[in-house]
Amino acid sequence: MQGVIDREWIVKKTLFTLAMITVLGIVLLIFFVARESIPAFTEAGPVNLFSATWNPGNGQYGMLVFLTGTLATTAGGLLLGTPLAIGSALFLTQMAPRRARSIMTRGVELLAGVPSIVLGWLGFTIMVPWIRSATGSTGTGILAASIILAIMVIPTITTISKDALEAVPESHLQAAYAMGATRWQTIRRVLLPAAKPGLLVAVILGMGRAIGETMAVALVIGPASVFPKSLTSPTHTLTTKILIEMGESTGVQRSSLFAMGLVLLLLSMLLILLVRLVSRQKETMR
Amino acid sequence: MHENGYKFELEEMDLYYGDFKVLEDVNLEIKKCCITSIIGPSGCGKSSALRCLNRMNDLVDGARIEGSVVLDGEDIYDRNYSVVGLRKRVGMVFQKPNPFPKTIYDNVAFGPRLYGIRDRETLDGIVEESLKSAALFEEVKDKLRTSALALSGGQQQRLCIARVLAVQPEVILLDEPCSALDPIATQRIEDLLSDLKTRYTIVIVTHNMQQAARLSDYTAFFMIEEQGDPGKIVEYGDTNTIFTKPTDERTERYITGRFG
Repeated sequence: MQGVIDREWIVKKTLFTLAMITVLGIVLLIFFVARESIPAFTEAGPVNLFSATWNPGNGQYGMLVFLTGTLATTAGGLLLGTPLAIGSALFLTQMAPRRARSIMTRGVELLAGVPSIVLGWLGFTIMVPWIRSATGSTGTGILAASIILAIMVIPTITTISKDALEAVPESHLQAAYAMGATRWQTIRRVLLPAAKPGLLVAVILGMGRAIGETMAVALVIGPASVFPKSLTSPTHTLTTKILIEMGESTGVQRSSLFAMGLVLLLLSMLLILLVRLVSRQKETMR
Repeated sequence: MHENGYKFELEEMDLYYGDFKVLEDVNLEIKKCCITSIIGPSGCGKSSALRCLNRMNDLVDGARIEGSVVLDGEDIYDRNYSVVGLRKRVGMVFQKPNPFPKTIYDNVAFGPRLYGIRDRETLDGIVEESLKSAALFEEVKDKLRTSALALSGGQQQRLCIARVLAVQPEVILLDEPCSALDPIATQRIEDLLSDLKTRYTIVIVTHNMQQAARLSDYTAFFMIEEQGDPGKIVEYGDTNTIFTKPTDERTERYITGRFG
């Protein structure tokens, strides 16, 4: 009897320790990033940090351009990607014959596995020159980054939307069809409203993917540390700025990069919070 | 105008799902403003037969009909026949109550809105009228704007009936509407159907023989000979005769509970 209790005790404590290590890792991460960004807040100050000018030689460490870049490319990626992704999910769940469905699902999964550097490289060598010749600009910028991000969020949004649509009971759809609703009416008036919370989660998770993406965006965004004049003029995002500057910066400049990291971290945490809230609403609706 | 007292006339109807023959040689005349019940053991194709009447089988991959199904003189499987129009005239209530995850009001207003009614007052009137006809209005009149999913099973099923009534159908098909309900809720549905039959033609599939006997004017008994065979009508006639003096020995054995 004693032996059993001992073993229980050991298993319990081991699992507890493992869980603590994970939690500790997250806490330490936030702590470290926050600590490293302190000099930026104390020496440069928040006003300077959130200004629009990045000129370290002159003591200016503003991240507003990069924050704007991040929000713009993320929004652009979602704007382009969401209709395609939800459209695909609708096709997959409502219309596709079984064979096409399995092939397409496989394809979407494959797309999810494409390394971001490959997408960025394709964007840089094929898409950017194409935009350049079409618009006469450099070809890099928010438009190019948005298109790449759209391709990257499509698998995420499609897969989760598909689950959300499949979770709507068949009986709801049958009821609509039996009332004389056409397929489109059934989709618009019954399926989409019933799946809405799940679709929202899909978009938010896609947003999470887009907001933190670095490599693919870095290849097509510019680079330039100024507000873009158009959708096809060079700029920067938080992630690409950190990537480019991190090797050669020290002191307050380095610290301001950590401050950008902190902002990014807070943005992602906000997104997770949003997912939580939406999921909870979903449960109370059932 | 087609006037012989029959709403539906099924003639030598076969139903296939792919290569599988589900029903064979179904001949059935369904009288106007009567309740016709379809009884039979599980898997005999009685629900499939019901779904032939509003072409819900169209949603099944590989479903196909031979023979004819005539509604008011028109073959509903005719190439030019409008399925949407058919389903407006022939409403359906399912085995498990399936209100939409919307408010009570929006559930009842779903059909009218589908057919383009937008006017607020008209909709209000239809919703109230339909809920009254479905004997539900008194229970829900103060919570029309709350979720339909908060209602009890019996109330949900009456809401589904109200949802069908809201588009003013001519026929109501019910697929074992009481199988998920307790006896009191069942009683209320049966009372309701008896009231409704003066205005609507009602076809009900039921597992419950007492229900068929209590409720219906005509009864069709379906069965399959052996596993894998298609379902057929064994006997069809007025309910009294079927339950008191069945001509077929198999009908008698079924209704007296000796198999099925």
